[in-house]
Order: sequence, then C-alpha cells, then structure tokens
Amino acid sequence: MSIERISTDVAIIGGGIAGASAALFLRRRGLGVVLLERDLCGSRSSGVNYGGVRRQARPLNQLPLSQRAHGLWGRLRELIGIDGEYVRSGHLKLARSEADLAALEAYRELTRDSGLGLQMLSGAAFRTRCPWLGERAIGGSLCPDDGHANPRLVSPAFARSAQRLGADIREQTPVLEAGHDGQRFVLRAGGSLEVRSEFLLNCAGAWAGPIAAMFGEPVPLTAGHPAMTVTEPLPMFIDLNLGVEGGGIYARQVARGNCVIGGGDGYALDVSRARAGSGAILAILQQAGELLPALRHAHVIRSWSGTEGYLPDRQPVLGPSATTPGLIHGFGFCGAGFQLGPAVGEVLAELVCDGRTSTPIAAFSIARHTSAVPIPA
Amino acid sequence: MSGLQVVVIGAGPAGVRAAEALVAHGQRPVVVDEAPRWGGQIYRQPPPNFKRAKRLLYGFETGRAEGVHGAMAGIVERIDYRPDTLVWNAREGELDLLHRGRSTTLPYRRLIIASGATDRVLPFPGWTLPGVYSLGAAQVALKAQGCAIGSRVVFAGTGPLLYLVAYQYAKAGATVAAVLDSARLGDKLAALPALLRQPAVLAKGLYYRAWLQAHGVAVHEGAAPLQALGSQRVEGLRWRDGPREQQLACDAIGFGHALRSETQLADLLGCSHAFEPLQRAHLPQRDAAGRSSVASVYLAGDGAGIMGADAAEWAGERAALALLEDAGVTVDGTRAHVLEQRLARVATFRRGLERAFPFPVDWAANVPDDLLICRCEEISAGELRAAVRDTGATELNRLKALTRVGMGRCQGRTCGVAAAEILAHASGLPIDAVGRLRGQAPVKPIPFSAGAA
Repeated sequence: MSIERISTDVAIIGGGIAGASAALFLRRRGLGVVLLERDLCGSRSSGVNYGGVRRQARPLNQLPLSQRAHGLWGRLRELIGIDGEYVRSGHLKLARSEADLAALEAYRELTRDSGLGLQMLSGAAFRTRCPWLGERAIGGSLCPDDGHANPRLVSPAFARSAQRLGADIREQTPVLEAGHDGQRFVLRAGGSLEVRSEFLLNCAGAWAGPIAAMFGEPVPLTAGHPAMTVTEPLPMFIDLNLGVEGGGIYARQVARGNCVIGGGDGYALDVSRARAGSGAILAILQQAGELLPALRHAHVIRSWSGTEGYLPDRQPVLGPSATTPGLIHGFGFCGAGFQLGPAVGEVLAELVCDGRTSTPIAAFSIARHTSAVPIPA
Repeated sequence: MSGLQVVVIGAGPAGVRAAEALVAHGQRPVVVDEAPRWGGQIYRQPPPNFKRAKRLLYGFETGRAEGVHGAMAGIVERIDYRPDTLVWNAREGELDLLHRGRSTTLPYRRLIIASGATDRVLPFPGWTLPGVYSLGAAQVALKAQGCAIGSRVVFAGTGPLLYLVAYQYAKAGATVAAVLDSARLGDKLAALPALLRQPAVLAKGLYYRAWLQAHGVAVHEGAAPLQALGSQRVEGLRWRDGPREQQLACDAIGFGHALRSETQLADLLGCSHAFEPLQRAHLPQRDAAGRSSVASVYLAGDGAGIMGADAAEWAGERAALALLEDAGVTVDGTRAHVLEQRLARVATFRRGLERAFPFPVDWAANVPDDLLICRCEEISAGELRAAVRDTGATELNRLKALTRVGMGRCQGRTCGVAAAEILAHASGLPIDAVGRLRGQAPVKPIPFSAGAA
C-alpha cells in the first residue's frame, strides 16, 4: 500500500470539542491543520456528555478559562453555524441541608469578583422560583447566565466548521505512532497516513495518556464513565440546569421536553465503550423522583455513558509539554470539559501562534504530574 | 432455580418448547415473559374471562396453539414462571426485571433468549392518523381483545401475515375493503419451487388468498398505499395500482412489511451480529443449534431471525438441547439432528417467502420529504436526508445523534428499519453498510417508580 504523506503546521490528535475548536481557531489564524480522529468527531465524551454549560461550582483556578469559554458560547452560532440548542437557562446548585447552603454561600463569597453573578435562593423565594422541586431541596445558588446545550450537535459542528475553513479532518484514522525526528513531529495514522508537522496538539481525551507517554511524560490519567438517562418528552417544568451540592444527580430539560438526568458512574465495556449500568440507572430514578416529584409518573426511555479522562486532582492538563517543544496538551477535563471546550481550543491556538496565552493556565501544567526528564535529542 | 440456573426469556412457541425440553431433563428453569399469559404473539391468549373459542382465535393454527399452550400448562408447576415481567437490561450473568413497576435482578448461568418479533414498518403518508395500525397490532386486537380495528378495513404491505390477518378479519365479520400487496404475481410464481418445501404452509397461504377472493375481497398485487386520508382519523386511502392512482373509503388501515427480530437483549449481552441479506437486517449470529457467539447465551425463535412459529418451536427445543449438551447433560442426539434438519428445510422455505414477498427496495427513493419517519421524535424523511447531505453522516447511530431519529420511546424498534433505508438511499451506500442502532437499556421505557427504595 502506498503511503500518503502530508506536511502541515499543526497536527491535532482527537476530534472532540477541544481538538476541533483548536482546529477552528488555528484555521482562523491561517495555519495549516490536520486533525486525526480515530472514530467520528464529537462522537465520544464530547458528544455524549450531559450537556451542562456552567461555570458555577468549578475550582477557582478554572474560572478565567471558563469565563473565556462563556464569551465564546455567546458567539456559538457565528463560530459553528448552528445554535446547538444552547440556552442560558441559569444553573441552580441545590442545597439539601443548612450545611450545603453554607458551602454554597462560601463559594459565592470566593467568586464574588469572578463575574458569575451568583444569587442565593432559600425559603419562600426559593419555593416561589422553583415550585416543581421536592421538599428535599431547601435552597440553592443560581448562576443566571449558565445554561446547557446539546453536545450531540455542538461538538461535531465544531469539527465541521473547522473543515469548512480548510482544516484537513481525518475521521476513523487512529494514530498508531507519534514521535519527533529532531525537526518535526512524525505521526503514523490509519492504514497508510504519515503526517509531519511543526506542532502537535494532544487532545485525545481519555486516550491521551499513551500519547503523552510517547514523549516521555506519562500521566496518571484514568477513565471514568458518568451515567446518564433521559425521559420521554414531558410538559416543560425544569427551566434551569440543576446540580446538587455535594454530588448526586444533575438534570436539565430540553426544548422538546425530555429530561436529561445524570448521576453516579457506569462501567466500561471495553477501552472505548461504556454503559450506565442498572445500579446507576435505578439510583438516578430514585434520587430524581425525590428531587423532582413531577417525574414520579414519567418513564426513562434510554441510558448511556461515555469514556472521560480524569486526573487525581480533578484538574485538566492544558499547556506545553515539559519534554518536547511544540507539543501542547489539552485533555483530562474530568467530566467537566464541554463548557471549557471552545476556550481550550482558543488557548491552544494562541499557544501555537503566539507562544503564550492571556488566560492563566499554569495550574494545569502536565509537569505537576511528572518528574519528566527531557528526552535527549 | 436449580441445577444449571437456566433462564428462558419469552413464553412464545420457542420459549415454551425450550422450557419443556429443560424440564424433561430435570431442570427447573425460570421463564420470564412480558405478557400476562403464555403463548407469545402468535398464540397470544385473550384474558381468562374471554370466551371466544380457540378455533375462532387461531384458525388453522388451533392445533399448534393448543400444543404450545398445553405444553406450558403441563410444566408450569415445575418451572419458575414470571409472567407480566419485562427484562429491561442484561449483562453477563444477570438480568434486570420489571414487574408491577418494581425492578429486581435475576442471576443466571445459562440463558435462552426467545424474544420474538414485531412488525417491520415502512411508513406512508398519513400513517400516524388514528385508525392506522400495524398488521401485528390489528391481529392482536382481534386475538387478545376480540375487537377489530375498524368495520371497513384496508390491509396493505406485504408478507404472509397480510393475507392471514385479512382472512381473520373477514372471518370475524369485518368488511375487508381491499388487500394491497406490494409484491407482484411474478414474484410469487418465481418463488414457488422454494415454497414447495413446505407444501402445507404454502397451501394455507394459497387458501387465505383464494378464500378472500371467493368472498369478494379485492386483492391487488404490485399495489402500495400512497396516503391515508382524513383529518381526525382515517376516512379513506389513496393508493397506487401499478401506474394508476385509486382511492377507496375505509375507517381503518392495517399495514406492515413482514416482521423484524427483537435483538436488543442479544445486543446488550454482546452477541456478535451479522447482516443477513435475506432478512435485510443485522441479526445475532447463531449456529444450527442456537448457540450465540457468547458462551452460555442461546438464541431461539424469531428474535434471532424470522423463521415462523413452527420453526420457533423446533429452534426452542434445539437450543435447550444444545444448552444441556454444553453443560454435560446427555441428550437424544437423534432428536437434535431431526430438529436441525427441519430448521434447515424451513430456511429454504424462508428464501422462497422473501422471493414471493420481496422487500420494496424502492421505498426510500419514493417517499416524500414531509413523511414522518420517527413518530416519537417527529423526524421526517426530509430532515434525515438533509442531515446526510449537510453532515456527511453515513452511519445510523451518527444519524441518530444528529437528528434524534430512533431516540424516542420506541428506541428505533419501529422507525429503525425505515431510517436505515433512508440513510442508505441518501448516502448512496448499500443497506448493510449503514450499521445498526446500538442497544441501550432500558429495552422498553421503565417508570421512575422502578428506582423507589
């Protein structure tokens, strides 16, 4: 078989929302881009996640990146050509106890200057605002401009948008080998493709660990499998994206009326496929029935899960390699990468084009996990 | 449960015969069935207080129905029978059951899946109007509830069930306004040699057709429904008779294009599937005895490929014998051989049936853009075609992700066949190349009460 050789400025491994938006912003800056996706763009975690687009409840050091993403979500149609069912419904983090309320209040204090505009709700005002919530919830923290979107539509659309701007998107093309020959990165992918590039972006999600290891910086990346369910269409009643302080379920209702409810963990079928599992499904049903009494007479019609990358400190890896100049990582978003995705792409593009970014990302350096020694040239 | 810890899913002809063979070899299987009474769809029993004679309910199949019902009655004290119970999820060694709104788990060591079939539906304009039913539903109304879907009914589509249901309706006193068969007479003549492998079955088929015509029912071949007419409910049907358009008045329409296998449980358990050109479907693979690709999981009856009720009985028994053999129990090898020979003969007959009632391969090319394909999520043919055109989608799960087709209450059990046909036509790919919808629990919707502590 003859080998197809491509030379480009930037090679991207992974067509999830991070890699695809990086491709989009790099093309907007005029760089050559080849994106290698082993399946279909946006078909893994980026396409099957819950669909939360929220800043609230993130660690403080993620808020600048998340705020940047918030601005990009506001321009979604301009960026990807569709609205992706994105709505700024507000995100309400629920409290089930006074201690929960105190924790939410403390978070509000800490983020007072971050632009989230959090509002505490409790007592009669809370019941009036959310009469459809069960007695278990006693109050909450509302972030009015957070919301939700349809990941099945949004994430593939980033890839299509990049492609329209000239990115060379190769689907069903797994990367088999990645290295650096002293001058350029050399990737062997699919059956017979060889890509040489000046920069390499590792946006391979839960599968990014082996790529980093190829460049001498192994990371303790593990796979997790959030469990999701969806109901039949119901009359509209949940007008917010809901979370629960301290964990538990999260829920939103889409325009068609279906309630998407996540919570707990599923299990891996193999390295790339996962299922919700009946234990997680039944736990979701039980908790959702308590929190949202209107669901008691509804049905769940489908469950699913995905494969997401997690690091021990629940922070992503975003930034330059500690071993290999030109290699930049963007992976491991610990189940909270969908909202960040567009900003991650823009930051990666800045790092390639300018060698720096205006968004603080030092906390996400891969070096925090590795005692990496640069590979001798 | 005792001994080999066998669970049989389904109490139709395959499940009953499987359970019977297991009991005969000293096992006490659990038999889980979604229906309140045994018999499956084909030999479905009416509620106990209904008094319609079996002869009227089952016609020529009365002997077969009584055989299956009697077999189950004879073993019910020696099995763990769980009627009214949905298997809503499955994984290795464990099933999730739903009974009276509550979920429980059922462990197994060996499993026979006899999950049966539903109608294969190819929509036509107006198919969501009240008064339009699938052929299977029309038959269930008659068999289980003793009522007809209308008083002046048109039956359309193709397949042996088309004539059987029309015959049953006419016998029950309904006016059958017409039978519209998309297959042509030439198809049937060409299929005769293969059909002669099962002369008794062929004779029954010919009898229904002859009876209908002798009783003044118009039977049109090479005909297809174009539009169900009416605003609030069906008032008539516009249809095509070769090149000519016709119209007739009716208050109900039963339609269907043969059957499709219920494969979700085999899929959830990881049984490997392959595209079966004859049935135009991806089916779980099984050997001649019913062994799936997964050790300890056996497949019997129409749930793993449509072979009909007689074959389902043989396949159920054969799968049970295979299970016992694999577990080291001595079985009658001659009997096993005879069953396999019968099943092989049926396979030849099935090829004839597909020749006689061919799938209307031009369906996808001819449906209008505004035809609703997925009624749960209200997705039209035009929306599917646009998604293929705009996104380059070539795989069915991708099309589902982009358009919601197959994401609703039916989970693609009704619309999946039609969606795959539209995708294949719009993308220019052969039907076997567009994939199949992945199974996702729950197999059917489950209530929130299932999670109550």
